Amino acid sequence: MAAPLGTLRECREALDVGATSSSALVEQSLARAKACASLRAFVRLRADAARAEARESDRRRARGEVRSPLDGIPIAVKDILVRAGEQTTCASKILEGFVSPYTSAVMERLEAAGAISIGATNLDEFAMGSSTEHSVYGPSRNPWDAARTPGGSSGGSAAAVAAGIVPAAIGTDTGGSIRQPASFCGVVGLKPTYGRVSRYGLVAFASSLDQVGCFARSAEDVARVHDAIAGHDPRDSTSIPESAPRCADALDGDVAGLVIGLPREYYEPAGIEPGVLAAVREATGALERAGAKLREVSLPHSEHAVATYYLIATAEASSNLARYDGVRYGHRAPGAKSLSEMYRKTRSEGFGPEVKRRIVLGTYVLSAGYYDAYYRKAQQVRTLIRRDFEAAFRGCDLIATPTMPETAFRLGERTEDPLRMYLSDVYTVSANLAGLPGVSLPCGFSSGLPVGLQLLAPPLEEARLLRAADAYQRLAAHHLARPPEPA
Amino acid sequence: MSAPPHPEYEVVIGLEVHAQLRTRSKLFSPAPVTYGLPPNHAVHPICLALPGTLPVLNAGAVELAIRVALASHCELQPRSVFARKNYFYPDLPKGYQISQYEEPIATGGWLDVRVDADARRRVRLTRIHMEEDAGKLIHDAAIAGGGTHVDLNRAGVPLLEIVSEPDLRSPAEAAAYLRALRSLLRYVEASDADMERGNFRCDANVSLRRHGESRLGTRTELKNLNSFRFVEAALEAEIRRQARLLGEGGRVVQATLHFDPASGRTRVLRLKENADDYRYFPDPDLVPLVLSDAQIESVRRSLPELADARCERFVREHGLAEEDARLLCESRALADFFEAARARHGDADVAKWIRRDVLHALGEHGLEIEASKLAPEALADLVNAVTHGRVTAQSARALVPELVLSGGDPLRLVRERGLEAVSDTSALEAAVDAVLREHASHVERLRAGEEKVRNFLIGQVMKRTGGKADPAALRRVLAQRLGEEAP
Repeated sequence: MAAPLGTLRECREALDVGATSSSALVEQSLARAKACASLRAFVRLRADAARAEARESDRRRARGEVRSPLDGIPIAVKDILVRAGEQTTCASKILEGFVSPYTSAVMERLEAAGAISIGATNLDEFAMGSSTEHSVYGPSRNPWDAARTPGGSSGGSAAAVAAGIVPAAIGTDTGGSIRQPASFCGVVGLKPTYGRVSRYGLVAFASSLDQVGCFARSAEDVARVHDAIAGHDPRDSTSIPESAPRCADALDGDVAGLVIGLPREYYEPAGIEPGVLAAVREATGALERAGAKLREVSLPHSEHAVATYYLIATAEASSNLARYDGVRYGHRAPGAKSLSEMYRKTRSEGFGPEVKRRIVLGTYVLSAGYYDAYYRKAQQVRTLIRRDFEAAFRGCDLIATPTMPETAFRLGERTEDPLRMYLSDVYTVSANLAGLPGVSLPCGFSSGLPVGLQLLAPPLEEARLLRAADAYQRLAAHHLARPPEPA
Repeated sequence: MSAPPHPEYEVVIGLEVHAQLRTRSKLFSPAPVTYGLPPNHAVHPICLALPGTLPVLNAGAVELAIRVALASHCELQPRSVFARKNYFYPDLPKGYQISQYEEPIATGGWLDVRVDADARRRVRLTRIHMEEDAGKLIHDAAIAGGGTHVDLNRAGVPLLEIVSEPDLRSPAEAAAYLRALRSLLRYVEASDADMERGNFRCDANVSLRRHGESRLGTRTELKNLNSFRFVEAALEAEIRRQARLLGEGGRVVQATLHFDPASGRTRVLRLKENADDYRYFPDPDLVPLVLSDAQIESVRRSLPELADARCERFVREHGLAEEDARLLCESRALADFFEAARARHGDADVAKWIRRDVLHALGEHGLEIEASKLAPEALADLVNAVTHGRVTAQSARALVPELVLSGGDPLRLVRERGLEAVSDTSALEAAVDAVLREHASHVERLRAGEEKVRNFLIGQVMKRTGGKADPAALRRVLAQRLGEEAP
């Protein structure tokens, strides 16, 4: 069986000293993907294209023209970012056969950095879900326990990194879709500041919340990938004009004097699995011992975050997904006798139950007579939540919370209970509502399953966030733990 | 003005005009704005609503909107918002139209409208907002075969919607308002405002009420009055229909109607009772449009002199009659033509030539001043020649239609056609003598003091010289031959 790949740093150092080649890394990555096929981390491999790109990278390296620290490194990309000439499915039947004629900004930047995507990873349909169970391809599995979910919606990317198929992967986070699977799979997952990474070519779920980010095993590796994909893009009107400072340069291991806020509302023991709470307490304690100061802060509107999130996210989704109408691309139901029948049949056949549920909810939220009570009110609460964070950050540099109140749940356990699934997003959705950067990093285990520590920072402070995450990883080696080999 | 056909009712009309802005690319996409390309050749992934695409606002379109708002005395809003108007139709690729809704770019404002020589009315504007056009469906079996095809060349083309208050009181006023608005749009070069090409479209809200009643009656909406000819006819038809309904004791039902030019009647398209719910909400892919005072001022400085100011100046500086000035200023191109001709000729009497001869010649062929092949300078030369007696007014006027339609050098034409005025005394003397001989009785009457006979005699000499006699020289010679003055 193919061995798991090392960290991005290990791969890069091996390339730099000539101990391996990009072609060898890509072969190993493809072989590992095959060996881990039972995880269903990928929906599509691009083996031939990846091999060709690896040969190109090796030739560049031979000429001394290495593009970046990612040059020649195999990675994986969630199947929701388009690339010219290739399929993008969003794990939905409705995008059946769709081949994009253009390339997403993130894919362009990764290509420019020399990174090599070996394939597209699994996700909940249109990134709507917390388990990948809403994928038309079926669910991915958690490398730590195949009976459990890797989390979602970027579950395929998180599982691919955890299983050592790739050292890094791209995901997207609308309400926790990077941080939650990172937590469940024991890897690092970064959701950048809203607007820091271009959404051009990211198939939209909820435009005001969606953000592209990445997974890797260490904070340093995450910093490298983030540096490659972050920056202004005029094709995304919500992109932040300021240039992005390099995060990888900020990782000095120093947390002395750093004030870490612990929001009282996030540590209510009643809502958290005891093993999770213990691991998170242990992690913040380690940071304190290294010189950071812990301070209790308050985010008083937290209890409204999940409701607010589901009102805004579903409203935007109901409009964003209107374009899948069978007219121009993707699935079109055959045999319709009228326009309205074509729409109805196409969308009934093309969308899965969770996507339909959210479209219906969002349509309702925006309806005449309900708009003020739901959508407008949710936007007002969103402002209050953002102000909570502004106030809290006046008294601290970072905020530390559990990423999830629990560890990975069993597949099938919650498919009949969508509300319970939604409520588990309680710690992650606020960062999306407030547009803040957040990272989840492995901080130990509860009953043998990984636990995630979430760090949140003020807007554009990814470097501060990753410096603390990296410092923690110098104190505790949970991120180096490996899941068992797949059966 | 003729008497209204239904004197017991007051007519109340408000107009919504959609003017296509004169930009090179679309409102939110780099696709070109062009005519005549094959279907779906002026498109980009953004206007096809491919997954992952995002709108980027065209700054040129914003500038044109500001020009129109300033020229129509509107209040520009420092912050305006693009919203999504959600509905399904195959010509609407995203499933929503991006349009300004709650917060338009400009509000208030007015337009002075002249219905006829002595009726002037100030029409208030409600608002001006920007939005994108839809594509079109092709049902033509010759192009599309059996089915319906979609052409998205027009999808995303920038439109400015200008909404008037219900200030118009007759179809004639509505038509006058449209002419004034068209003139303004062309003056500030914001739109070609050409109804026949569909880039100036009009919907009308019409209601009737008894004179003295302050409450508005139930209105109906007339859609797509897409030619100047139809606007008045359609409004008159709808007013007749409503008056008949009310006269029979019935009531007007709120509805959208379509005018059928063939039958001269309006037809109900749909009733408003089952009005669509467009689920408007601010487009999260776009940021609010923020206008700075500096930006508005810079556009203001770039505005040309507008029709009203120019008209006043023509009266003041060039001594034109108000009516002539008004006519010349209705079109910027016409006013420019006059000023260029006046500058060369040195006298404002070219206005008379433009109005009487140039516009008449163009009007015969349904053309406007832009189509004139006669340059303003050439017209000035011709008029100059008349003033200096080198050609008679009669000969010159006869040349104008040809010059206007086919062009050419007027002075060369005068020479080539032998139209130089006869001011040579011996030739004139011979002609005068012959006329005096032939009309001896008229000579007697003139000598007896019947002064009007002089014009008859002059006319006879003109006839003999083929209209080429220089009128001043002719009068002089006639007086000499009659012994009234010394040679």
